[in-house]
Amino acid sequence: MKRTMFFKNKPTIIGVSSVAGPKESSGSINEYIETKLDDDMYGEKTFEKAESRMLFTAIKNSIINAGKEEKDVDALICGDLLNQIIASTFAARNFNIGYLGVYNACATFTEALTIGAAMVDGGYMNNVVCATSSHFSSAERQYRYPLELGCTRPPQSQWTVTGAGSSVISKSGDGPKIVCATVGRVIDYGVTDTNNMGAAMAAGAADTLLNHFKEINSNPDEYDLIVTGDLGTLGSRILKDLVWEKGYDIEKQHVDCGELIYSICEDEYQGGSGAGCSSVVFNSYLYSKLKNKEYKRIILMATGALLSSVSAQQGESIPGIAHAVVVES
Amino acid sequence: MVLDIIFMYIKVFAVGGLICALAQLLINYTKVTAGKILVYFLLAGVILRAVGLYQYLVDFAGAGATVPICGFGYLLADGAIKGAKISLFNAIVGGTSAAAMGITAAIVFGYIFALIFKSKSKRN
Amino acid sequence: MKTSNDCLNNNYLEYVKSISPKTKQKRSLFHAFWVGGVICSIGQSFRYLLEYGVGLTGDELSSYVSMIMIFLGALLTGLGVYDRIGKYAGGGSIVPITGFANSVVSPAMEFKTEGYIYGTAAKMFVVAGPIIVFGIASSVLVGLIYFIGFRIF
Repeated sequence: MKRTMFFKNKPTIIGVSSVAGPKESSGSINEYIETKLDDDMYGEKTFEKAESRMLFTAIKNSIINAGKEEKDVDALICGDLLNQIIASTFAARNFNIGYLGVYNACATFTEALTIGAAMVDGGYMNNVVCATSSHFSSAERQYRYPLELGCTRPPQSQWTVTGAGSSVISKSGDGPKIVCATVGRVIDYGVTDTNNMGAAMAAGAADTLLNHFKEINSNPDEYDLIVTGDLGTLGSRILKDLVWEKGYDIEKQHVDCGELIYSICEDEYQGGSGAGCSSVVFNSYLYSKLKNKEYKRIILMATGALLSSVSAQQGESIPGIAHAVVVES
Repeated sequence: MVLDIIFMYIKVFAVGGLICALAQLLINYTKVTAGKILVYFLLAGVILRAVGLYQYLVDFAGAGATVPICGFGYLLADGAIKGAKISLFNAIVGGTSAAAMGITAAIVFGYIFALIFKSKSKRN
Repeated sequence: MKTSNDCLNNNYLEYVKSISPKTKQKRSLFHAFWVGGVICSIGQSFRYLLEYGVGLTGDELSSYVSMIMIFLGALLTGLGVYDRIGKYAGGGSIVPITGFANSVVSPAMEFKTEGYIYGTAAKMFVVAGPIIVFGIASSVLVGLIYFIGFRIF
C-alpha cells in the first residue's frame, strides 16, 4: 500500500486569502489575516449564510491575490463542517467555475489541497482553488447545543474557529510549492467523548505522520515545521507521545494551528478546531512565512474527527483522520 | 418572626445549593449531559414523593426543595396522588394539572421570548 | 464489518484518560452550590411575597412561584445572560426550574431562522421534551399505583 504521492511538476500556491471572525482576529496571528470581521454575522441573517459569505470572500480575494480572473480558474474544491456542506455549495453558487465538494471534517483543507495539487500536477487543470470554512455558531448548533443553553464546557473541549481560507494552486508561477502529499487512513481507537476530539484525532495524525516518514524515508529534522490542524494542547501532547514511542522526536518542529490561532486563555481550553482552523492559519501566517522563505519546508497536516451528531448518539466511537501535504518555499 | 425568616433562608440556601452541587458532582464524575441530569432529578423527585419522603424536604426547606427540578417532579407526583384519592380520572390527570402552570409558562414565555430575542454568537 | 467494540484500544483510552485535564472538582461544586442556593432563595422571596403580600396558599402559591421563576429564566436566556451563568455555575443553574426555562427558550430562539412553526415551535422541546414526557408518564404511573392502593387497602 502506498499512501504518499510525489508531485513532479511541483504545483505552486500562487495566491491565498483568509477571513476570520472577531475572536480570531484578535488572536496571536491577527496581523497576518487579510479580512478581519468585526461582526461574525457578516451582515447576513443566519450563521450559515455568514459562513458561506466568508468562504465566498476568501475565494474571491484569493483569485484576485493570485493575479487571476474567475475565467482562469478551472476548478473549485471546497468543504466545511455543515450538513451536506451547504456553506461551500452556496458559496460556489456565485462562481462560474467547476465545483467539487469535499468533506473530511477538520481535515478537509489538506484533502482539498491534495486533490487540487494532483489535478494540477497531472496537467488536467491549470488553476485550482482550494478553500474551507467553519463558523463557531453554526457548528455549535449542529454538533452540540443551542448557543444560549447554559451548560459548562469540559476542560478538554475546543473552540470552533470562525473563519475561512482559500489557496489558488497553479501549474506555474511564483510561490510556495506543494511537493508531496500523504493520504490518511481512518483510525479509530474507541474514543467516545465528543468533547475530547484531540484524543480522537491524535491517533489518525500519528498514523499519517509515521507513514509519511517511513515511506519517503525522512525524519522530522528535514522539516522546519510540522504543523497539525486542530489537535489542541491535549491532542498535540498525545501525538508527540505516540510518535516518540516509534522513535521520532517532533518536539522541536511541532506546532498546532489550534494552539496558534488564539492567544490561549481559559475560555478556549484546548485551542481552536474546525475546518477553518488550519486553512485560516495556513493562508495567513504560514503562507507569508513560506513566501519570504523564513520556513523552507513544512508539513501541513490537518486532522479531522469524523463524527456526526447521529453517530455520537448511537454510541459510535469517533474515528480520526489526517492528511499531510509537504510545502516548500 | 424575623429570626424565623432568616433561618428559613439559610435552610433554603443550603438545601437548594446541595441539590445543585449533587447535580454538579454527577456532571463531573459521569459526564452526563444537561438534558439527562434534568430527567434524573425529575424522576428522583417523583419517586421520593411517591414513597412519601419529599414532603418532609418541602416542609423543611420550602423553595429550596420546590425550585430545583425535583420539585417539579414532586408537584407532578403530588397531584397524581391527591387525584388518586378521588377517582381514576383524577389519578390520571392530577399530575399534569398540578404541573400545568409550569408547562404553560414555559411554552408561552418560551415562545414570546423567542420571538423577541435573537440568539447571539459568543466570543468566549 | 468493524464495530466500535473492535476498535477499542484500552491502552490508548487509559493513557488519554491519565493525561486529560480534570474539571476542578471543589471549585465547580462550590460554584454550583452558591448559585443554586441563591436561585432557590430568590424563589423563596417570591414565595413570601405572594404568601404574605397577596395571600395565596397551597398549590396556587407554588404554581405562581414557578411561573415567576420560569419567566425570569426565560428572560435571562433571551438577554443572553443565562448561558454565562450556566458556564460559571454548571449544575447550579441547570437544576433549578429556571434551567428548565433556559432549555426551552434557547433552542426556540436558535431555530427561529428555520421559521416560526418548524423552527421555533417544533424545536422548543429538543432539550426539555424528555422532562415533560418522563414527568407526565411517571405521574400517571404513580397516580394509578396509588389509585389501586387506595381501593385495596
